[in-house]
Amino acid sequence: MTKQKLVVIGAGMASGRMLENLTEGAPDAWDVTLFNAEPRGNYNRIMLSPVLSGEKSYAEIVTHDAAWYEDKGVTCRFGERVIAIDRAAKTVTGEQGTVAYDKLVIASGSNPFMIPLPGHDLDGVIAYRDLEDTNRMIDIAGNPEAKVVVIGGGLLGLEAAAGLRLRGVDVTVVHIAGHLMERQLDEAAGYLLRRALVDKGITIKCGANSKEILGENGKVKALLLDDGTELPCDLLVMAVGIRPNTALAKESGLAVGRGIHVDDQMVTSDADILAVGECVEHDGAIFGLVAPLYDQATVAAKTLMGQGASFVQKELSTKLKVTGCDLFSAGDFVDGEGREDIVFRDPARGVYKRLVIESNRVIGAVFYGDTTDSSWFFGLIRDKTDISEMRETLIFGPNMQGASVDPMQAVAALPADTEICGCNGVCKGRIVEAIEAGATTLAEVRAQTKASGSCGTCTGLVEQVMAVTLGDAFQMPAAASICGCTDLTHEDVRRLIKSQELKSQDAVWQQLSWKTPNGCHVCRPAINYYLLADWPLEYRDDPQSRFVNERNHANIQKDGTYSVVPRMWGGITTANELRAIADAADKYNVPTVKVTGGQRIDLLGVRKEDLPAIWYDLNQAGMVSGHAYSKGLRTVKTCVGKDHCRFGTQDSTGLGIKLEKLLWGSWTPHKVKLGVSGCPRNCAEATCKDVGIVCVDSGYEVSVAGAAGMDVRETELLGKVATEAEAIELTTAFIQLYRENAKYLDRGYKWVAKVGLDWVKEQVVDDLENRAALIARFELSQSIYRKDPWAEHAVQADKYQPLADLTLEAAE
Amino acid sequence: MSWIDVGHIDDIPLRGARLVKTVQGCVALFRTGPEEVFAASDTCPHKGGPLSEGIIHGKQVTCPLHNWVFSLETGDAQGADQGHIQTYPLRLEAGRLMLDGAALAKRSAA
Ligand SMILES: Cc1cc2nc3c(=O)[nH]c(=O)nc-3n(C[C@H](O)[C@H](O)[C@H](O)COP(=O)(O)OP(=O)(O)OC[C@H]3O[C@@H](n4cnc5c(N)ncnc54)[C@H](O)[C@@H]3O)c2cc1C
Ligand code: SF4
Ligand code: FES
Repeated sequence: MTKQKLVVIGAGMASGRMLENLTEGAPDAWDVTLFNAEPRGNYNRIMLSPVLSGEKSYAEIVTHDAAWYEDKGVTCRFGERVIAIDRAAKTVTGEQGTVAYDKLVIASGSNPFMIPLPGHDLDGVIAYRDLEDTNRMIDIAGNPEAKVVVIGGGLLGLEAAAGLRLRGVDVTVVHIAGHLMERQLDEAAGYLLRRALVDKGITIKCGANSKEILGENGKVKALLLDDGTELPCDLLVMAVGIRPNTALAKESGLAVGRGIHVDDQMVTSDADILAVGECVEHDGAIFGLVAPLYDQATVAAKTLMGQGASFVQKELSTKLKVTGCDLFSAGDFVDGEGREDIVFRDPARGVYKRLVIESNRVIGAVFYGDTTDSSWFFGLIRDKTDISEMRETLIFGPNMQGASVDPMQAVAALPADTEICGCNGVCKGRIVEAIEAGATTLAEVRAQTKASGSCGTCTGLVEQVMAVTLGDAFQMPAAASICGCTDLTHEDVRRLIKSQELKSQDAVWQQLSWKTPNGCHVCRPAINYYLLADWPLEYRDDPQSRFVNERNHANIQKDGTYSVVPRMWGGITTANELRAIADAADKYNVPTVKVTGGQRIDLLGVRKEDLPAIWYDLNQAGMVSGHAYSKGLRTVKTCVGKDHCRFGTQDSTGLGIKLEKLLWGSWTPHKVKLGVSGCPRNCAEATCKDVGIVCVDSGYEVSVAGAAGMDVRETELLGKVATEAEAIELTTAFIQLYRENAKYLDRGYKWVAKVGLDWVKEQVVDDLENRAALIARFELSQSIYRKDPWAEHAVQADKYQPLADLTLEAAE
Repeated sequence: MSWIDVGHIDDIPLRGARLVKTVQGCVALFRTGPEEVFAASDTCPHKGGPLSEGIIHGKQVTCPLHNWVFSLETGDAQGADQGHIQTYPLRLEAGRLMLDGAALAKRSAA
């Protein structure tokens, strides 16, 4: 049987889901060609907001990449816009040529609406729709002086503003209505939301009418409001709404209203053309959220496979993806005849809940500040449950309704068609099916059903369904918290420190509800490190949150004495330095002098009181602390390289010295060791270091994630580069990525194993802008921390002496 | 009791410790709060770790060598570990730290 030809226009969220269903259900029936105006495959568009705020990377939100399509035999024409559909000839014409179809699916999404204000075509006026827009915003955040104005205080505008703010940008939101998100929220909830955003440092102007966009040399300069106010800006984001993208359909003569008309089977007015997603109009409605689009995608795939299915519109709910603003809205909540309100307010906690009731049914709900029970309320709306029996306690949520306080019981009692994952429209029955078919972990359930794969807020619910279905076979993953002082994991805390801008230990204890007044020996060093890594300019290091070695800048030995190691850049020393070390050994009665594994000299057995003096002496001879004690850069081991060795291809010693001078003093989640070898004979043993560089004829092989301690690991290749400068850049960017992302006390190799080398490569090898940004942040931090702690402590010698000596008095 | 002035509270960093030398060995003064100090033996009963170099949290200190945790109020090891450190009376008078010399002397008698 020859395959039928299917052409798809648009590689967005709707078409991605449809092709998934289709290639699963009828893998060999179709010969598919996919056009996409964006130069890439499908990504989870709703996660652009976390990408903007820095909580996720682009790589994490890709759902179908070129490899996926290739695997399914789909011919991809990315970066090619379709310009015409010829229905009579049954062909589609793209910018690079024409293809014939038996069936065509239009999934062209929508276009952001641009208010035609004077100046709307200036450079720097953008929408918020795709990766390009997102990157434009991320770029502007690189300029610390930048100002951004966002027109539109709806979901999208606020997510843009919050994301920019998290990146430190000065943002103003201009909104025409009297309160924010007026289509989803009532005034009271809008007020609370506004207050929360203002607290984050976002300026909000409601009831503000834009008049003109002012420019200079073709670039945006300011927004002028009706009342004469001028808001200066370097970028203006318009997020005022979307219009279904129907131009192609209209030109080809399909029936189009506000969107492309489709019936319940997603078929347009032409029996061979289907349409799905934001570009369609079904029964008078158009769509702007993914849940119904995914339903449409499923129906369209079934229609193509000749199976009966109908699209039914369902109630929709919205959440705002702004960390720290818990907000939920569903259904209808405008005042009206016969409608009653139940309102709960707790201004002190910033909690507001409102239910709209009509004929004993909940028809609308708005929650702000506490949305834990929102899915239960949403169920009441969707199922039109009669609530007359529980009306009195309704607002307090499911736990107040009779005996079923056990969440497990509640989940067990849910009917199979209860929706668990809103983003992906996955119901309980589908999850149970996947489990019965053998999925035993969250990852497997996610892979098979997509449940909790998007915004992730339903992860807990999915786990509960798994627990109920699998019984004892399922281990609820108790994500290990840092220590007994908190239930949060390292990853949670890192994220929250960034997103809530917590800049002191006290802020962490208070905001994240620590159970102890000031942590313990496990969490304090971690928190101290996170604050230092994320806020190098604002946070001051706390010596009392450091392990003794770091506090005293020397290694404590089992007898309470210390060992002192001066830095020897790249393993090179001089006669003068050696003399100074020998003199110090004599003067302070150092019992043992040892050459370390990292090519340095260790003076073992120094008394604590003598530390400041020996440091002073070594400083005088030009030496600084070797940080042999620190969670930071330790050594850069080198071989002699081409200056002396007959095999050496490059100056490995010189590169080692450069790297050490650049990286020293930086604090990292765990110790960091480097090695540079002049040729693949690898005399510096570079391939078992956190970063190992092996010089070759054509340049430098930079590899990472090695270890030679409790675990022995060979490094993996990060990249090959031609110049020394690039080798240094890759190394620096890798270390900064590690500093910003790893959990405290995870060595580089453990962290890379968790995040995946591919991700690391994307961040520091492929994405040049990101590499540069990482290096810039590293430099910023180093401007504070590339200092010799010995020099600073040598002048506080009294701190190393006893507070008092009572040996004489007690002897009296 | 014979109170001996050994220094000012600000000589000890917040959540830090300093030593006082006595004939019997070192006593550590731990500053757990802006106006809160405790005196106890500096020597960990496990393998002699210097407790004054430990991380101080709440009213406890964690030994820097093998992480035993001691209450500075009672001197008892916390959690599963069994052990005790001697604690000493300490008074704070207008910012001055006053150690009880008699109690220190008693230690030698014991
Ligand atoms: C920043 C942001 C946050 C969002 N947050 C949420 C949220 O939290 N929850 C939610 O439910 N929804 C959210 N949405 C909306 C959601 O992303 C959309 O509803 C969904 O992506 C629409 O899917 P689609 O497949 O119809 O269109 P799209 O995903 O937009 O895909 C359409 C694709 O077609 C391509 N195309 C268009 N014309 C042509 C042509 N002529 N030739 C070739 N290709 C063409 C486009 O380039 C585009 O890539 C958000 C949207 C954005 C922008
Ligand atoms: S690694 Fe190569 S260049 Fe370096 S010392 Fe060994 S043989 Fe010589
Ligand atoms: S010496 Fe204190 S815990 Fe081992």
